[in-house]
Amino acid sequence: MGMFAKQKGKGMIEIENAGKQFTLHNQGGAVIAVMQGAHLRVAPGECVALTGASGAGKSTLMRMIYGNYLAQSGRIVVGGVDVARAAPREIIALRRHTLGYVSQFLRVVPRVATVDVVAEPLLALGCPAGPARARAEALLAALNIPPTLWALSPTTFSGGEQQRVNIARGFAHDYPALLLDEPTASLDATNREVVLGLIEAAKARGAAIVGIFHDEAARARVCDREVDVSAFTPRAA
Amino acid sequence: MSAQEAGQSGVHADPSHQAWAAADPLLRVSGVSKSYGGRIGCADVTFDLYPGEVMGIVGESGSGKSTLLSCLAGHLVPDRGEVLFDTRAGGLRDTMTMSEPERRMLSRTDWAFVHQNPRDGLRMGVSAGGNVGERLMAVGARHYGQIRDQALDWLDRVEIAADRVDDRPGAFSGGMQQRLQIARNLVTGPRLVFMDEPTGGLDVSVQARLLDLLRGLVREMGLSAIIVTHDLAVVRLLADRLMVMKSGRVVEAGLTDQVLDDPQHGYTQLLVSSVLQV
Repeated sequence: MGMFAKQKGKGMIEIENAGKQFTLHNQGGAVIAVMQGAHLRVAPGECVALTGASGAGKSTLMRMIYGNYLAQSGRIVVGGVDVARAAPREIIALRRHTLGYVSQFLRVVPRVATVDVVAEPLLALGCPAGPARARAEALLAALNIPPTLWALSPTTFSGGEQQRVNIARGFAHDYPALLLDEPTASLDATNREVVLGLIEAAKARGAAIVGIFHDEAARARVCDREVDVSAFTPRAA
Repeated sequence: MSAQEAGQSGVHADPSHQAWAAADPLLRVSGVSKSYGGRIGCADVTFDLYPGEVMGIVGESGSGKSTLLSCLAGHLVPDRGEVLFDTRAGGLRDTMTMSEPERRMLSRTDWAFVHQNPRDGLRMGVSAGGNVGERLMAVGARHYGQIRDQALDWLDRVEIAADRVDDRPGAFSGGMQQRLQIARNLVTGPRLVFMDEPTGGLDVSVQARLLDLLRGLVREMGLSAIIVTHDLAVVRLLADRLMVMKSGRVVEAGLTDQVLDDPQHGYTQLLVSSVLQV
């Protein structure tokens, strides 16, 4: 918590008036506005759910926070870095140390062992291989991935297993800020419980979390607030 | 305080950001241009590369990406522009104005170049162990036992069995030749590696293994790398940053996943939407 001391009273994630549009240069320069006037503030230890109908822009806003989509206007500040304006290397460092993201899809180098896929975020931070693998194995065990699969590539796993590998990877490092896109989708009751426990533990250590949960009971249990992103959907002019 | 002010003062929530902000670039490229007669090879290319960063350069055939790589690596002399490298002894130095022996020493020690065709980067008449050991001798190693041990260690790291150490590269498969070329290039502990289509011409199964190997080496050795490729899947998995070239010019540059998932330039949008899905 010490490193957030000077951030007291401020959000770990702060979005002010963020807007996003896509310009399709090869389709007559069509401009599609997808987000406007987005506001959000998430404090350390807080979990905020993004809600709204399908297509309202929940995943878009999450990708904007991660710096995957470029915001055209406003500010998106995570841990003091405005991802809408920061240089690539600042965002790379932010993602390595501060901002984790559990997406719905697992994207990995084929043929790399599951345990190494999960340990990678720690290795990237300079953590020695032994402790990094031990942490990866503990997470895989907690998420009920059988040890016989740890040495295999997750690219051949079932959807639910890939989802759990993705979650293990996202929780390998204690990120101060976390983005979770449907973390309990396609999980059975036992594993859903494990994931909710991981989220609660992350909140308890002070992580600021933004999540998308279609699972209403899960949302009610771990989220402190809901923000309906429909309010940020641009109205047709 | 705005984020920009925070960036300037180097104050971030995470102290490790400060080390990043304070680091000097390893390579500083400004205004590099090269023409072939009246035809543009590459024009006005400017970027900084920092320690530990991997940058991909993509574009279709003839976009100037290989010309640019050759200019950066000192294989071609650009018509205009500067290529500054953070030398161990003298800080940022213009590699164009260095003396020939200085530049040759740089390319044997701090720099490495991995060619698309391993035959261009290997000595085909020399054994695998010799290919690796020769580079050590070029930087002054003389103790045969130590050279052999180090060569064996590197062959092991690129997954070439010890019993193949005395075989010539011609007896190796394409994937093994490429891994041998990587061992030969990295044995001297370079800080910057130039790669021209390193996975081109290899089976996809071999590509994946090579990508994993390169990622591990970049992380363990803190390497910086510039990788020219036309394969967007390769840069997505290997590069932190991306530069997109068209007709010799950089049309877009940025974070790899941002450029691929939210391309801003019309050409990049075309390039990304043209990839066949499997």
